Amino acid sequence: MAAEAPGFRYIARHRRAREHRRFLVGGGRFVADLALPGMLHVALVASPYPQARIARIDATAALAMPGIRAVVVGSDLAQATEPLMSGLDLPKVLRYPLAVGRARYAGEWVAAVVGESRALAEDAAEHVEVEYEPLPHVVDPEAALAAGAPLVHPEHGSNLLYRRRFVWGPVEADFAAAAHRIAYRARWHRSATVPIETFGVLARWDAAARLLDVWASIQMPKFPDQLARALRLPGNGVRTHFDVDVGGSYGGKRGLKHGVLVGYLSRRLGAPVRLIEDRLENLRGGDAHGPDRIFDVEMAFDGDGTVRSMTMRALDDVGAYAGRAPFQLGKPVGAIVGPYRIASVAYEPISVTTNKTPEEAVRGFGQSPTNFAIETGIDLIARRLGMDRVAVRRRNLIRRDEFPYRIPSGSTYDSGDYHAVLDKALAAADHDALVRRRDRARAEGRLAGIGIACCLEPSGGNSSFEPLLNPKNETTTWMESCQVKIDLGGAIVAAMGTSSAGQGHETLVATVVGEILERDPDTVRVVHADSLWALPSNSPVGSRMAIMLGGAAASASRKLKASLMAIAAHQFDVASDALVYRGGDIAVAVDPGRRLAWADLVEIAHRKFHLLPPGMEPGLQAMHVEEVPGGGTLPDADGRVPMYPCYAFEAHVVYAELDRVTGQTRLLNYVCGHDCGVMINPDIVHGMTYGGIAHGIGAALYERFAYDANGQLVSGSFMDYLLPSSHEVPAITIVDHCTPSPLTSFGQKGSGEAGYLGAPAAVASAVNDALEPLGLHIAELPMTPLAIGDLLARSEEGA
Amino acid sequence: MKAVDFDYECPASIDEVCRRLAVAGGDAKIIAGGQTLVPLMAMRLARPARLIDINRIAALQGIADRVNHVAVRACTRQAAALDHPAVRARVPLLAMALGFVGHDQTRNRGTIGGSLANADPAAEIGLAALALDAEIEAQSARGTRTIALELFFAGPMETALAPDECLTEIRFPVWRDGMIGTGFQEVSIRRSDFALAAAAVQIARDGAGTCRRIAIAVGGAAPTPIRIAAAERRLLGTRLEEADIDAAAAIVRETVAPLADLHASPAYRRRVAGSLVARALAEAAS
Amino acid sequence: MSQHELTVTVNGVCRRARVAARLTLVDFLRDELHLTGTHVGCEHGVCGACSVLLDGRPVRSCLLFAVQAEGAAIVTIEGLSPDPEGLGILQDSFWETHAQQCGYCTPGMLIAAHALLQRNADPSEAEIRDAISGNLCRCTGYQQIVEAVALAARRLRGVNVTEADEHGG
Repeated sequence: MAAEAPGFRYIARHRRAREHRRFLVGGGRFVADLALPGMLHVALVASPYPQARIARIDATAALAMPGIRAVVVGSDLAQATEPLMSGLDLPKVLRYPLAVGRARYAGEWVAAVVGESRALAEDAAEHVEVEYEPLPHVVDPEAALAAGAPLVHPEHGSNLLYRRRFVWGPVEADFAAAAHRIAYRARWHRSATVPIETFGVLARWDAAARLLDVWASIQMPKFPDQLARALRLPGNGVRTHFDVDVGGSYGGKRGLKHGVLVGYLSRRLGAPVRLIEDRLENLRGGDAHGPDRIFDVEMAFDGDGTVRSMTMRALDDVGAYAGRAPFQLGKPVGAIVGPYRIASVAYEPISVTTNKTPEEAVRGFGQSPTNFAIETGIDLIARRLGMDRVAVRRRNLIRRDEFPYRIPSGSTYDSGDYHAVLDKALAAADHDALVRRRDRARAEGRLAGIGIACCLEPSGGNSSFEPLLNPKNETTTWMESCQVKIDLGGAIVAAMGTSSAGQGHETLVATVVGEILERDPDTVRVVHADSLWALPSNSPVGSRMAIMLGGAAASASRKLKASLMAIAAHQFDVASDALVYRGGDIAVAVDPGRRLAWADLVEIAHRKFHLLPPGMEPGLQAMHVEEVPGGGTLPDADGRVPMYPCYAFEAHVVYAELDRVTGQTRLLNYVCGHDCGVMINPDIVHGMTYGGIAHGIGAALYERFAYDANGQLVSGSFMDYLLPSSHEVPAITIVDHCTPSPLTSFGQKGSGEAGYLGAPAAVASAVNDALEPLGLHIAELPMTPLAIGDLLARSEEGA
Repeated sequence: MKAVDFDYECPASIDEVCRRLAVAGGDAKIIAGGQTLVPLMAMRLARPARLIDINRIAALQGIADRVNHVAVRACTRQAAALDHPAVRARVPLLAMALGFVGHDQTRNRGTIGGSLANADPAAEIGLAALALDAEIEAQSARGTRTIALELFFAGPMETALAPDECLTEIRFPVWRDGMIGTGFQEVSIRRSDFALAAAAVQIARDGAGTCRRIAIAVGGAAPTPIRIAAAERRLLGTRLEEADIDAAAAIVRETVAPLADLHASPAYRRRVAGSLVARALAEAAS
Repeated sequence: MSQHELTVTVNGVCRRARVAARLTLVDFLRDELHLTGTHVGCEHGVCGACSVLLDGRPVRSCLLFAVQAEGAAIVTIEGLSPDPEGLGILQDSFWETHAQQCGYCTPGMLIAAHALLQRNADPSEAEIRDAISGNLCRCTGYQQIVEAVALAARRLRGVNVTEADEHGG
């Protein structure tokens, strides 16, 4: 059910995603589908130890095996490449695609075997002899900070990568003045995006052209640039192809180490080289784990449920190397109070390294765990006061008339009507009926609960958390680009400069271009420029593409429309405002008989220079590079800085029943109210929201990268890392609301993380509501049958 | 995740299978449905030098209704067994168990014999077979023998089959007297996952509702699936009222010896095993 | 290394090849026959991205060695279309309801859904969810996929033909 968006010709209407037709006939073009003549394949040798000195590597036996071309090790990479870039200022925390001198997590890649087939490379990998000297290791983040803990990067001097306490507003005074306070811990265990396609990359070095072609399953800002730097090539010495289909990413497909490895191998061996992670490599050594977080939170509140202030300490275990993941502690600063009117906040992010697989980005970039932490507190406040959980939220939600609303950490929420969305969700879920259903179930002896969660999706990708957490990085440009041209036959082609992983960007651009030029979007072809001629892009992260790519496409299209108007104005010798543009044809307003059809205008532009307005370039082409709205500001001394420009809102209402003995949770009813402003394509937005909810259910109930005391990942295959199937995800009802953003071309806000941002909190809320009559509470995800079963059993024994 | 290379053979008769097993001396593995073996080979945890494919042997396919038992040839697909009228009518406990086994796609390849030979302590087919006191027929170059199910499972993933033996048939006894009731309950994290624990129950009651015959088997709560004889004795002659069922559940909890893994602790399995038996009993009695 | 002659019908065409015993069916389809529509997601039989029809039934092609498919009839995603240019009703229904995003699980989903509709012309939502429960999707949350299968079932039965049908493939 799309909310009303009157006044649009194509935007906000049902439209099939043109780019998906090929998926229906097996016509996708994923990295593993690409083969080049003479292509070689890579298999990895991984460390079995969580921390060990690498004393010796002997590849003699491996090299003698059939079909093997090379075996490379960390020292080869350290000599020939630059270390992979880290987001934080950590000069002593170095990272290469293969372990150099020391393995820092079980599963870290220690050697790469290159052979004529993957099978042969795997055979040889078993014969690479590595001599390890095991060292003490640490896998618990709090233990990692304790004195005397084994160090992951001894040169860095500690396992602390970042720590700062931000204080925004009079936190101490607000706590002193409040009637009550609660303190609690919320634990978000490690999970990740885990797409069905693993990461893969193919590289081919053309020695004659001195050009490295790269095809990768990539979703990463500045991948081509960082790849080139690491390989010591100029930016125009690397051509990253963005027309590769990416089989899902949701943040995780950064693949920098994989890209550098195969880029190096291709140059060294003079042949194309392809690395496709198998699933075991992906889960253990792919460096794409997600937030692994301990929140210690205090909230100060009054007797009527008004939250006055909050302190939040967020400890995150990024694993053995840093990359960009620590920034996931910074992004939530942009919505640190959630959708609530909390006047002061103290926020202490702490980034720790341990001997585990490195983290990479996960959908929301840290926002979902933070929302879980905040919503846990709201529910606890309600429990303490004996207040209805919806009522506590209503009291604290920022009101419609308070926008734009500046939060203590410096961001401004652009627009919203949170109460309306919550009301819609409650109505769609028939909340009163759910309460009766729950109470009936309880009367029958069952554990039943209703979950409520409200949260924001910051969108637009103003990543000012970079300079916030790393003052040496004074980046304030967060841009996206689009080029649009009308060819001499009148056909429209638009080019975007980054990859897609199913978000429907081509349809997004075609719809926007079609809207402005009033031409059928199905006739607009959208292509992905490669990195040599793509204009600046920051890739589809931070729910930014509707705003940024949509904005750039709109601006470029407007330029084209202005050119068409100028051509007609010149032809008719009138001012542009005397003309009417309709469907691509232009007529004189007061004399419609004087008109130029689209084909005529195109012909003048391309072939009739003598009829062009003086000074106008021939042809019809325009481009635009869009900076993020509100961008361009560095943090102040207190760490206040505007982050994402646009804020979408979601309200989840969930009904669940728990099995008293098995501890299993069954989600029986799921409603999500969603407001992301104008939806350029409602089906695409809904699709990602359904997927986000499923992903959130996984994090809430099923998914965990679990480590044992020996530092071994014990959930290293799909037998143990459990993704939700169609049985675990219930039927979901989405109800839309539309509060347009005042900052964007069409009032659109970004989406793409929706559902994932609130579902873990909502499911936890339902479980805790079910446990409430027993006086029990759980604030640790995932809430597995074992965890809930044990909690129930312990309480029964104590009773 | 490419398997280590192997020699592949696809014999046409059971005798040929046995001959090759005898020759291979432990270096060979039978492949039936492959749903368990191939993942292990892909992960290089299983590395047989020789694979003997038994999928083309007609004599190893098929289900026969033999009045007192239903005979299932070892390489019969789980999907075929699930749909077979003789199984549904005469061995309903097996049909119930099969509903919990994997997915449509895995049941199209996975076999009855393969599941039993794999001997996962939580596997549903083995549990139903144990509850029913099924018999296994195994053949080797040395001849044919019958193994009672209660002697078949030796430990986790371990059976009484010798390395040169091929499982050829499973005979599921049919209960013919009284009102038959069946119950099958399991807990798994996702619906189609391996069971953390499972309970299979079959009862026969007389006209007055008294339990005249009963079998209770529990899976996933010990190194092998086990029968809970003490609980069976407790319930024989009763009308399976709530107090009887609770008592049986308590006996189950005292009897089982569960193992620990990532997803469930021994205490969890112990608690759950008792409740699953109670639920299966209620299901069988309804 | 043991090599074997293999004769197998794929999408109606008889194919012959010489393959290593350890080559899985999915790798054979993708790398030898260049039918890259069937995807690899896990290689241990859990995700279902590799689903194909073998003698009419959906199976995980990562759990079969190619040599085991001797003499069989395999249908892959490439064989589900009625003709090179067109889409079948099931495929078109997927497109209409936006039942795919990244497209990686889509071939396996279509195979599973196709198999369901072959044996059940009027599946309930529960039956649809059960039929696709062996195919993991990370993008869609399954909702629009379930809608697609239900729509396809209706269209195939000729019941409640929707506006979508008029737009064709």
